[in-house]
Amino acid sequence: MQQPQEFISYFEHSALADAIRENDFLFPLIESVHVLSICLVVGSILVVDLRLLGLASIYRPVSRIIRGILLTTWGAFAIAVASGSLLFISNATAYLDNGYFVAKLVLICMAGLNMAIFHGISAKDLPRWESDTVPPVPARLAGGLSILLWVSVITCGRWIGFTMPVR
Amino acid sequence: MIDVVLSGLAKWLAATPLSHTIRTTGWIIPSLQTIHILGVAVVFSSAILVDLRVWRLLQRDEPLPEVARRFLPTIWPVLLILLVTGSLLIVGEPRRSLLNSTFYLKMALLAVAIMLTAGVQRSIAASPNSWDEDRGRRAIAGRFAATLSILIWCGILFAGRWIAYTQAG
Repeated sequence: MQQPQEFISYFEHSALADAIRENDFLFPLIESVHVLSICLVVGSILVVDLRLLGLASIYRPVSRIIRGILLTTWGAFAIAVASGSLLFISNATAYLDNGYFVAKLVLICMAGLNMAIFHGISAKDLPRWESDTVPPVPARLAGGLSILLWVSVITCGRWIGFTMPVR
Repeated sequence: MIDVVLSGLAKWLAATPLSHTIRTTGWIIPSLQTIHILGVAVVFSSAILVDLRVWRLLQRDEPLPEVARRFLPTIWPVLLILLVTGSLLIVGEPRRSLLNSTFYLKMALLAVAIMLTAGVQRSIAASPNSWDEDRGRRAIAGRFAATLSILIWCGILFAGRWIAYTQAG
C-alpha cells in the first residue's frame, strides 16, 4: 500500500504536471476554464437555492426548477473538478499545505452533504409543497445553507491565489 | 499620446488615499475580487441558461419568454455591483488594468455583451412566440444570437482572468 504522499508525488512529477507548471500559457488557460465552470456551478445552484428560499422563480414548482438546471450544474461541476485537478497536480504539495485549499475541499463536501440531506430527508414530501411560493423551513434552511457554503467555496478559492508561495 | 494620459491617470489614482487604503489593507482586494466573481457567476449563469434555452437544450417545458423573464432582468442590477467592485479594484491597482490591453479587450467584449443581451431581452418580450419555433428565420436568428452570447460571455471571463497574467510590471 502506497503512502498518500507518494501517490501525490507521483502525479506532481508527471510530465503533465511539469507542462502545466512550466508553460506560461497552460496554467492561466486551465485556471480560466476552472473559474468559468465554477461560475456556472454556483450560478445555477443559486437558482435552486433562491427558489427554496421563496425569493425567486416562485411560480414554478421546485422539481421543475431542479430538473431544468441539473444538467448544467453537473456538467459544469465535472469540468470544474477536472480543471481543478490539473491545477492541483501542478503544485500538489504546496496546495495541500494551504489552509484555504483544504477548507475549500471540505466546504464542497459539506455542500454535497447538504444537498444529499435535502434530497434524502427534506424533499421526501416534495410533491406536497413544491408549488408553494414559500417552501417549509427545512427546505429554506437547505437553500440558505447552500448559498452560504458556495459563497465560502468561492471566497476560499480566491484566497488560495493570494496565499500560495510565488512560483 | 493615449499611453501618456493613461499612465498619468494611473499615477494620479495610485496617489489617492482610497487607493492607498485598498492596496495596503490585506483583505480588501481579495474580498473585492470575491464579490466580483460572485457577481460574474450570477450574470454569466443567467445569460448562459437563457442561451441554452434558446437552443432548446434545457427547460423546454417552460416557454422561452418565461425563462427570459426569470433570468435576464437579474443581470442589470448585478452589473452595477460589478461596476462598483471593478472600479474599486482599478483604484486600488490602477496600473494592473489601465495599462493592460487585456482589460480593454474585456471592456469591449462587455459592451457587445450588454447590447446583445438587452437586444435579446427586448426582442423576446416584443414577440414572445417567434423565437421558439423550430423552423423559420427568427428561430435561426435567435440561435445565432444565443451562440454569439455564449462565446462573448466566455471571452469576458477568460479576459478577466488573463488581466492578472498580462499586467504591466
